[in-house]
Amino acid sequence: MTDAVDTAVPLSGTKFFMNFPITATSHSLADYKARGGYQALEKALREMQPAEVTKEVSASGLLGHGGAAFPAGRKWGVVKLTDGEPHYVCMNADEGEPGTFKDRWLLEHVPHLCLEGLIIGSYALQGRHAFIYIRGEFDLSHRRMSDAIEEAYDAGLLGENILGTGYSCDVVLYRGAGSYVCGEASAMLASLEGKKGWPRNRPPRLTVKGLYQKPTVVNNVETLANVPVIISRGAVEFKKVGTPKSPGTQMISISGHIARPGVYEVEYGYPWQKFIYDDCGGMQGGAALKCIIPGGVSTKLLSAKEIEPLTLDHNSALAGGSQLGSGGMIAIAEGTCMVRLAQVIQRFYHHESCGQCTPCREGMGWMERILNRIVAGGGRPEDIDRLYQISTANDGTTICSLGDSAGYACSAILDHYREEFEYFITHKRSMFDGRLVVDDPFAGALSTAEARA
Amino acid sequence: MKHLIPEFERWKLRYPAGFEGSLTIPCLRRIQEDRGYIADSDITELVEYLGITRIQVDEAIAFYTQFTRKPLGTHHLQVCHNVSCSMRGAEGLIAHLGAKLGIGPGQTTTDGRFTLTTVECLASCGTAPMMMVGDAYHENLTPASVDALLEELAQ
Ligand SMILES: Cc1cc2nc3c(=O)[nH]c(=O)nc-3n(C[C@H](O)[C@H](O)[C@H](O)COP(=O)(O)O)c2cc1C
Ligand code: SF4
Ligand code: FES
Repeated sequence: MTDAVDTAVPLSGTKFFMNFPITATSHSLADYKARGGYQALEKALREMQPAEVTKEVSASGLLGHGGAAFPAGRKWGVVKLTDGEPHYVCMNADEGEPGTFKDRWLLEHVPHLCLEGLIIGSYALQGRHAFIYIRGEFDLSHRRMSDAIEEAYDAGLLGENILGTGYSCDVVLYRGAGSYVCGEASAMLASLEGKKGWPRNRPPRLTVKGLYQKPTVVNNVETLANVPVIISRGAVEFKKVGTPKSPGTQMISISGHIARPGVYEVEYGYPWQKFIYDDCGGMQGGAALKCIIPGGVSTKLLSAKEIEPLTLDHNSALAGGSQLGSGGMIAIAEGTCMVRLAQVIQRFYHHESCGQCTPCREGMGWMERILNRIVAGGGRPEDIDRLYQISTANDGTTICSLGDSAGYACSAILDHYREEFEYFITHKRSMFDGRLVVDDPFAGALSTAEARA
Repeated sequence: MKHLIPEFERWKLRYPAGFEGSLTIPCLRRIQEDRGYIADSDITELVEYLGITRIQVDEAIAFYTQFTRKPLGTHHLQVCHNVSCSMRGAEGLIAHLGAKLGIGPGQTTTDGRFTLTTVECLASCGTAPMMMVGDAYHENLTPASVDALLEELAQ
């Protein structure tokens, strides 16, 4: 995969993760230790009480990187160390949000950092077992993490009596088997129990009744990767990076019609436009930017104009009307057909709906069918209002936020580009020839296929 | 699946006691890796080995897209057709593969060598268009690189 580190001058501020040259061995335990790895674990185990670790993470202001930006310390703080129950920490490495590939970078290049964060988290919550739920399709990431775990066991960093401190922890590396919704925390735990991945209603919260009905913390890979950084530097130093409301950095994976796609680490508060034009080299082939999906397809898109005044941090994105989500940014060029783009997005949600909630199960398919009909030239004037209605019917009525997010994604496209839908319905064709690609490597393949058919 | 039990027993050592059910998905993955698909006898034997209900296994197989009850082609080509890949030529890639192999998505060539499937985002959007062949990611695909790969696989 592309490493932005290799291709771009690192402009965007402090780097916690992308701060070393990638070599054939840079992911190994020896190299990680040479860079100061596992000193945070030593410090936590030898010098800090479990509750102090949680306090430090709370004080750092670390926000979850899985999409919802929930404060990590607050989540950990819910688990009562004295309740006499087993506690579990699970690393969410299911990374399925379209446009997101930053966890893969972390798993492939700094697996030990992720693992160190998981062990420290597990110590803070006094867990005897911790879990890594990794996406079933991931191959290299899985091998790298699997090797890291074995290296850690051999070095006495996992298993019984870690580093002679009396703390013991086993880590289970668990592979999914193909399901987007299993990235949702409660679905992930159902899957870890060996069942189909159906999300469940809260309360009870997972920190009260999670895996096998025991208090469980689920955190994203990047969230846990920040933990050793916080413990090493201390919360006060950590907070000096980023903005007061969004401390630290964000891994951003950018794709679509961008000149230099890849993974970038950005200090919160970095100007959005500067990121697009300086760090990422602007748009593919010098095309003009039409809009941006900021943090995975489940976040509302923003037009080129809307991002102009914004910076890359949670408050700014929120003020602009969207969210940084999972950091999966997609840059879309002028001339792209938004009706066809909406069709691709909606096909995805329909495919991935687990089917438990009526508004999601029925709504996703209904929206996809309407969009298919519009694209096939059979659109009706009332379709636009219908799409809006279905989008909002999901809001707050479903168990997980898959249904809501699909609605937001679709209504944001309609809000911004209603005229493209009206044009498609009236003229029975796209305003932009149905174009999704700026520079198509397979140009001609579609017509060849038709000729042969 | 019985010959895989020693391996399953080793996995159990790292799980907390009482987590037998959790092994359903790892065991199914391993069975499929071994046989190429999951057979009736595998299900019966797994239910017995783990002491779980048959419906739990059936539901898991139906729910997760990576599981299959029937054999696939020797080479399973899984092309991502989600947003970023579509924006970099996934539709043309699927058409190109279809024309080369004479099959559409969801089909297997008559000689049983290739199965073509479309899948959702594989977290490789920055190197689109891409596809997975077996376990391996093939990224930044072009007609030339696809043709070379197909030739290599046909050997
Ligand atoms: C449909 C759906 C899919 C999700 N997929 C992921 C995912 O792939 N990775 C992830 O970390 N969080 C995902 N989440 C968010 C998780 O539910 C959970 O909030 C997150 O893992 C918590 O980690 P954090 O607090 O460290 O951000 C998803 C949520 C939903 C509703
Ligand atoms: S909102 Fe959709 S995906 Fe989420 S639980 Fe309900 S039906 Fe399943
Ligand atoms: S959209 Fe194809 S890998 Fe993400």
